[in-house]
Amino acid sequence: MAKELWKGNEAIAEAAIRAGCTAYFGYPITPQSEIPEYMSLHMPQSGGVFLQTESEVSTINMLYGAGGSGVRVMTTTSSPGFALMQEGMGYLAGAQVPCVICNCMRGGPGLGTIQPAQGDYFEATRGGGNGDYENVVLAPSNMQEAVDMVQEAFDIADQYRNPCLLLIDGLIGQMMEPIEWHEVKHRDLPPKDWATDGRNGRDHHNIINSLYIDPVECNNFNTELQKKFKLMEENECRWEETDCDDAEVVLVAYGTPARISLSAMEALREHGVKAGLFRPKTVWPYPYEALRKISKQDSVKKFLVVEMSEGQMIQDVELAVQGRKPIEFLGHAGGVMPTVEEIAEMAMKGLK
Amino acid sequence: MAIVYQKSKGLTDTELHYCPGCNHGIIHKLVAETMEELGIIDKTVGVCPVGCSVFAYNYFACDMQEAAHGRAPAVATAIKRTHPDMPVFTYQGDGDLTSIGAAEIVHAAARGEKFTTIFVNNATYGMTGGQMAPTTLIGQKTTTSPLGRTVEQAGYPIREAEMLATLDGAAYVARVCVTDIPNLNKAKKAIKTAFQRQMDGDGFTFVEVLSTCPTNWGLSPVDALKWLKDNMIPYYPLGVIKDTRAEG
Ligand SMILES: Cc1ncc(C[n+]2csc(CCOP(=O)(O)OP(=O)(O)O)c2C)c(N)n1
Ligand code: SF4
Ligand SMILES: [Mg+2]
Repeated sequence: MAKELWKGNEAIAEAAIRAGCTAYFGYPITPQSEIPEYMSLHMPQSGGVFLQTESEVSTINMLYGAGGSGVRVMTTTSSPGFALMQEGMGYLAGAQVPCVICNCMRGGPGLGTIQPAQGDYFEATRGGGNGDYENVVLAPSNMQEAVDMVQEAFDIADQYRNPCLLLIDGLIGQMMEPIEWHEVKHRDLPPKDWATDGRNGRDHHNIINSLYIDPVECNNFNTELQKKFKLMEENECRWEETDCDDAEVVLVAYGTPARISLSAMEALREHGVKAGLFRPKTVWPYPYEALRKISKQDSVKKFLVVEMSEGQMIQDVELAVQGRKPIEFLGHAGGVMPTVEEIAEMAMKGLK
Repeated sequence: MAIVYQKSKGLTDTELHYCPGCNHGIIHKLVAETMEELGIIDKTVGVCPVGCSVFAYNYFACDMQEAAHGRAPAVATAIKRTHPDMPVFTYQGDGDLTSIGAAEIVHAAARGEKFTTIFVNNATYGMTGGQMAPTTLIGQKTTTSPLGRTVEQAGYPIREAEMLATLDGAAYVARVCVTDIPNLNKAKKAIKTAFQRQMDGDGFTFVEVLSTCPTNWGLSPVDALKWLKDNMIPYYPLGVIKDTRAEG
């Protein structure tokens, strides 16, 4: 199929519609407002529901209502909006409501900046809501990957009856890139016989709920949830290794910093430095095992973690590497991007 | 032998957990009867709040969702928008609706969302032990206004029904109580009208029901009814506050 030039945010919106998303709720916030703008026109045209909400608090609870009644539903937001959604994230996990949420990250804390950043890594992977819950967090680093992942995200959400997150930085949303529309392979999904879409003769009423007042019952429910999260860990972990086999220094990055790191890696190789790139494509579940394996290679002298934050993913790299090799960090927050030059320079340091 | 009383099919067989003399149970019954009489149990979705009526999902026989504190109108908005042919209602307390969920109810009403809200105003936070609510009357003692609510400290009680009635999206707004048979009949009529108007697509419909909380008011069930009549009704007048059909 022919390649088409798309702006990141609009492509994400279109991908969702193509994935069968029939309801979009959202509140404007830079740098993702092109998504609700696109949805406001195209969602009704394709027979779906678009609603601009009064706040992100309302948005996330609308996902609960629509997702709970069996509809493929999505929202997109940026960091301060994602922060406001956290109570609802816990409810969605607790009531097992499938939905897709895309956080197009900008610099923080607080109002921060509208420039791209990755400071919501902890919030996305550790959970900002209350209780023990997990979400599959997809982290594309280019537009093609983003549109494919958006489409798959709805299947992931439906398969596990759980929210699925797309974590991108503002740059991916703002960038123009050629993409190819190909149908992502659909999964065999269970029927939504739990949805509150009217009894219509059903012999019981369905309930969407996260309340288990009895402690033993609540504990048992948590045990069941953990089994589901374990399955998600086993099935959904993704990553990409580039030239890691003989690498002395392994760059670790996701999203936009992974693209910059790839250029740095190529520049280093040209200078005879054996560099590799390890790129998580899901940041939950995190590809600990794969990275651990690399850390056991004799060739590897050190890791360099590159982030658009003051160092959040580095904690997962530490968990993977378990002290075997030194881990260095290069990061900027507040919308400043790491450059190829500074990555290459830092990567070379200490290597003979 | 003729059956003189039967539990509504709109309710399940689960035993209600409410305190003796609490009006929540009666209000449930009115909503359940309404659904049964309109023949919509099979296609309605209800949304219950965080508050004493949190377990309403076990009591109503239709499909139910349990919303986060105050967010039932957002949840109901999404259900109705994605299932426009299904009747949808929220059942919310005064803390849930006028305090933490103040924004959600106002915007749902302003958008004219076609669902019905049953608003149970007992002038206190029942579930958490009788703290002050935005609806607590001036002078009323609660666990967080132990000397009685003052204007200086906490401002004025909110008349939610009157406030929402100013919004063009609201099609039908009424305030009722269930203290005696005549009022019970008026309450039933209001709830049924609200559901009917929703199904006719008129817009947002809202029934505020003044309700007792004998437990937290520290009164017997009988005295609680008297307190409601003597103190709540003068500040929260009963009646149909807005009806877009009557206006036309
Ligand atoms: C975010 C959040 N804040 C606070 C609470 C605690 N809480 C539970 S019920 C309630 C008040 C309920 O009062 P009301 O809505 O008037 O219902 P009633 O119990 O009186 O029927 C509060 C504050 C909560 N569950 N969630
Ligand atoms: S605490 Fe009050 S509102 Fe709650 S069940 Fe008891 S009487 Fe009813
Ligand atoms: Mg109350």
